[in-house]
Amino acid sequence: MSFLRQRKGKFPNPEHQNGDGDDDETTKKERESRERKQREQEEETRRRIRKRWSCVDGCCWFIGCICSTWWFLLFLYNAMPASFPQYVTEAITGPLPDPPGVKLRKEGLVAKHPVVFVPGIVTGGLELWEGHQCADGLFRKRLWGGTFGELYKRPLCWVEHMSLDNETGMDRSGIRVRPVSGLVAADYFAPGYFVWAVLIANLARIGYEEKTMYMAAYDWRLSFQNTEVRDQTLSRIKSNIELMVATNDGKKVVVIPHSMGVLYFLHFMKWVEAPAPMGGGGGSDWCAKHIKAVMNIGGPFLGVPKAVSGLFSIEGKDIAVARAFAPGVLDKDVFGLQTLQHMMRMTRTWDSTMSMMPKGGDTIWGGLDWSPDNCSTKKKNNGTSASGQKGTRNNGSAKGVNYGKMVSFGKDVAALHSSEIERIDFRGAVKGNSLANTSNCDVWTEYHEMGVGGVKAVADYKAYTAGEILDLLQFVAPKLMARGGAHFSYGIADNLDDPKYQHYKYWSNPLETKLPNAPDMEIYSMYGVGIPTERAYVYKLTTPATECYIPFQIDTSAEGGSEDTCLKGGVILADGDETVPVLSSGFMCAKAWRGKTRFNPSGIRTYVREYDHAPPATLLEGRGTQSGAHVDIMGNFALIEDVIRVAAGATGEELGGDQVYSDIFEWSERIDLQF
Amino acid sequence: MASSVLRFRKLCFIEPAVKSSSSCSSTETTSDHNIGNFVVLEEKKSKKIKSKNISSVGKREWRCIDSCCWAIGCICTAWWVLLFVCQCLPATLPVREAPGERLRRDEGLAVLHPVVLVPGIVTGGLELWEGKPCSDGLFRKRLWGGSFTEIFKRPLCWLEHLSLHNETGLDPPDIRVRAVPGLVAADYFAPGYFVWAVLIENLAKIGYEGKNMYMAAYDWRLSFQNTEIRDQALSRLKSKIELMYVTNGYKKVVVVPHSMGVLYFLHFMKWVESPPPMGGGGGPDWCAKHIKAVMNIGPAFLGVPKAVSNIFSAEGKDVAFVRAVAPGVLDSELLGLQTLEHIMRVSRTWDSVISLLPKGGDTIWGNLDWSPEEGNSCDLDKKANAQLSTGDVNFNHSDGTRGFRVKEPVKYGRIISFGKAASQIPSSRLPSPDLKELLRLRSSAGLSLSCGEVLTEYDEISRESIKRIAENKAYTAQNAFDLLRFVAPKLMQRAEAHFSHGIADNLDDPKYDHYKYWSNPLETKLPHAPEMEIYCLYGVGIPTERSYVYKQSPSDKCKSIPFRIDSSADGEPDSCLKSGVYFVDGDESVPVSSAGFMCAKGWKGRTRFNPAGISTYIREYRHKPPASLLEGRGVESGAHVDIMGNFAFIEDVMRVAAGATGSDIGGDRIHSDIVKMSQRINVQL
Repeated sequence: MSFLRQRKGKFPNPEHQNGDGDDDETTKKERESRERKQREQEEETRRRIRKRWSCVDGCCWFIGCICSTWWFLLFLYNAMPASFPQYVTEAITGPLPDPPGVKLRKEGLVAKHPVVFVPGIVTGGLELWEGHQCADGLFRKRLWGGTFGELYKRPLCWVEHMSLDNETGMDRSGIRVRPVSGLVAADYFAPGYFVWAVLIANLARIGYEEKTMYMAAYDWRLSFQNTEVRDQTLSRIKSNIELMVATNDGKKVVVIPHSMGVLYFLHFMKWVEAPAPMGGGGGSDWCAKHIKAVMNIGGPFLGVPKAVSGLFSIEGKDIAVARAFAPGVLDKDVFGLQTLQHMMRMTRTWDSTMSMMPKGGDTIWGGLDWSPDNCSTKKKNNGTSASGQKGTRNNGSAKGVNYGKMVSFGKDVAALHSSEIERIDFRGAVKGNSLANTSNCDVWTEYHEMGVGGVKAVADYKAYTAGEILDLLQFVAPKLMARGGAHFSYGIADNLDDPKYQHYKYWSNPLETKLPNAPDMEIYSMYGVGIPTERAYVYKLTTPATECYIPFQIDTSAEGGSEDTCLKGGVILADGDETVPVLSSGFMCAKAWRGKTRFNPSGIRTYVREYDHAPPATLLEGRGTQSGAHVDIMGNFALIEDVIRVAAGATGEELGGDQVYSDIFEWSERIDLQF
Repeated sequence: MASSVLRFRKLCFIEPAVKSSSSCSSTETTSDHNIGNFVVLEEKKSKKIKSKNISSVGKREWRCIDSCCWAIGCICTAWWVLLFVCQCLPATLPVREAPGERLRRDEGLAVLHPVVLVPGIVTGGLELWEGKPCSDGLFRKRLWGGSFTEIFKRPLCWLEHLSLHNETGLDPPDIRVRAVPGLVAADYFAPGYFVWAVLIENLAKIGYEGKNMYMAAYDWRLSFQNTEIRDQALSRLKSKIELMYVTNGYKKVVVVPHSMGVLYFLHFMKWVESPPPMGGGGGPDWCAKHIKAVMNIGPAFLGVPKAVSNIFSAEGKDVAFVRAVAPGVLDSELLGLQTLEHIMRVSRTWDSVISLLPKGGDTIWGNLDWSPEEGNSCDLDKKANAQLSTGDVNFNHSDGTRGFRVKEPVKYGRIISFGKAASQIPSSRLPSPDLKELLRLRSSAGLSLSCGEVLTEYDEISRESIKRIAENKAYTAQNAFDLLRFVAPKLMQRAEAHFSHGIADNLDDPKYDHYKYWSNPLETKLPHAPEMEIYCLYGVGIPTERSYVYKQSPSDKCKSIPFRIDSSADGEPDSCLKSGVYFVDGDESVPVSSAGFMCAKGWKGRTRFNPAGISTYIREYRHKPPASLLEGRGVESGAHVDIMGNFAFIEDVMRVAAGATGSDIGGDRIHSDIVKMSQRINVQL
């Protein structure tokens, strides 16, 4: 049998196979030779086939394989029941707590007061309504927010369309970029990166919908008054709030501003009361009639130091870190990108950034040798009591850096006492002496005009406090400051009844305005704590890599060492929510508006609600449900619960009044301000 | 044994090269390295396979998969290359310049009056705000509009969420589906299928943007007054118009409603004037103060016959056509789908459909023997089409002569007739309608309990009465209502509290203050706003459904719709009857008489319907199909929705928005017989 099998194997040719059984081994040689020939032939044809089945086919095959598996997986994914990811998460981390909306619905809470959201800077989408040639096909597509696809496809075109006019702070000619309207404006900033979406979803659980929720989207690049001048945004907000109150049986609205939206809404409240030509003509009782509560989330009432570094050298902690990791990448002229320079030119046309400059000057933010807040918070939060430091001013003689010097040149300067710093006044310094041949620079920033002398003068002044920062910016960015100065003010009012405070430039500064006469209204300040937040910077002069560069940058080599953990990578950190220091978000509600003060003549009740930051336990939790970070806090279940309770009718007392983890009350005491 | 030998031989025979060395002659594998190597490779690939028999099959299968992969790879690559080339091509294909760009450049047109867009039925998006567990993950996702993917994923869940409550016509418990707000609500219905997008883009060219353009999106499933009760949609519209009026330098708004939006806006104008409990309390001069012009697109003022067939049997021309081409597909109970029945059940919970039923009864739509379209030869439309598409004079001529051969006028008045014959014979030979008795029959007839779960209301009607309906042969617009009341009692009962379809004898009768009359132009007066302008803009030149030939459905099964359009009923090649549907001139959805009558006669001059003498203008747009595929849906289309991309139409709207009056843009522009038709309609004015 096996023999037969073997033999058969040798005879692939059918004819031979047929004859195989009959005549055995008679014509063996003949057969073998024929066989060989045949085999060679076959081999050749196979080789030919294999050759044809070569690289291209291999590629095609490969792509086909990948595509098929991809589709298969996609199919599986689509066929998967929607609750599957949650199921997996629960299997790993144990049962998740009910989202607050579901929980509170079980408690019987239902929609009561209409809700108004006021998004902050950056998070609101912007879309194109009219553009230059290069923006063809982008009509009503998002330029800001969404996937930012156009940023990669046509970066220069994008920068051109996102910029505003350098003189007027309004549209450039032939370009109209407008805010996206509706809840979609800021529910997600980018696909999967929620801003308001979680809050909206939870509110919807207790019965909220489009008619009882309103997103007061505005163009966050413009100065606040200009949003009214160009888009009548403030009028729209007023009309919408009135409509919502009217269609909901006269129930007042709960306003939830976030980040810069807090300032925007302060501006709105003054605007709506002011008489018609400049204001909305709502009368002095408009707020009392229409607003139940303002729940400020992460509000930079007194500004953020980040805005200073942003305007000064358009960098923050993140960019400084990137620079420390990969020095040179950002500053390289490879591809002629000049990313930072372009960014600077663009952001400096945005007046709204000026609203976030530190307000109140040295009184609030500290002078050369003292500051209300200190560096011990982090430790205290961690459990080690720092009661010994309480009450004493953190003056220069104490070890560690001083928050009061918001910008200092060199690490030493940051730590030194004021008497030991030699400062040369920069204000009179001569500009000119062009820094570089500006014609070589594709990107024009105002630094190129300033000249070597100016740059040196700035550095020689060594240290700048919050008050002096304004002079500094006046010096390095005169145009921006000239425009911004017409729209914003950063001082502290001595006499709030001075008629000059009726001008709109004071409306967004809580230290220069009175709250509306609405004693039933409530003001909440809700923010995260427990995250190191930028508070002051150590700068150095840039070693000129190219002709066109930004002459200052954060000195990432400045580290505080083990004893002083607050200085990291050239940035001096304080407690806060990663963007806004506690001092800025908490002070107004903790002290300046508490009770009947001159800033709060009608005695509107204020509540401070802090949320201690807890990073997400696992990756599966996404951005966490207990986060205290500036934007991620919008997904914090505790905060959402508070918001829902207030929207459903609760008062601040019912929520439990203040909820404080930081030293905000203590710091507020140190601020010497007349109330 | 012998058999196994044979099998092996066969194997070797089939796979000579491989088998010869691998399986059959293992001793000789070394003799030939090339083959050996190859074999080893092949062997590796088919490792799993144990028996040789399977191995050979497996290998072939592998080859198959192999080539499949290869083919898919090829296609994908080619696709990507094409896509890439597409991206690289200059974005602007040589198409006709959009009117917006031209008007701005040549005539300096600029934004003046704010514009309000009012979408029609079906085109507005709906999104989910609260749902049953089956709709997990769809929060704030579009259920209606967009890509409609959920229909395929969870069809029953989808239907459940789109239905309204059968008693109240409002939300069913635990389900909240709401209209998408903003311009995105109806700019595109589905990706790539524009509705308002072209108009919006052109308006933007002359300076319009979010602050002076507003989409008055509403939940088009609800009756008009219910949109106010549930969503305060009318209050919002009022507030938005007032806001735009103030923020745009006290310029009145131009309202552009489309399709059912026309009726919605009629309702709005009455609502806003009425005192608060029922209305908006704007006072009698609100419209005069805030509205410059109402530019009705494809207005369904007097209803559409399509709505009758839709409610009666959930079908229209398109469904009947599908049935004719592929009989059985729609009705097959394969997979237990019963598509039409489900559609019927859902759409019968939508009150708004009732607003589209023919209004004015026999006076407007004709009786058993008479109709205003009477003299209208269907060839007129076709002639126009032929003329435009081919330009062949001879053909044209012959066509025209054929048109005159029609001897007997079509009896359009019979909106529903059973059997082709019944649609043509003189009325004297028709059995006299006896619907009153039918209605009585209904109450007495018990449920036929043989069918388990009730799917449509037809299951509650006995077979006998269904036969009686069919025996009645012909129904006019007037007694079609009795018919619908019989077959869809719940819907009609609910909806007739919200809509009325008659003609008012005395408009000053206080009963007409009720909101159910507000959307019927024949039972309301226009607001007192002498400076306002009303436009009727619609396409003509497309055969439009006017009346139907029905038959009893052959299947006697439970849970099926007992009537269907008799798609076998065809007239002579050039007659108006096609697949059971009689056609007249129109824009494919709305017949000319419904779209044009009010502007041509009912409101022309100072009539009792228009006491302030608001000027009206008719602007007709002759349909011209797109010349090439590249043009997409055409820039000269007259079809009901496609007209929104018609350049002539867009130009008219833009001129009015930029401040022109009706006479500035050329007054009336008429292609159809609307004036003649209107004269035949005998309504006291």
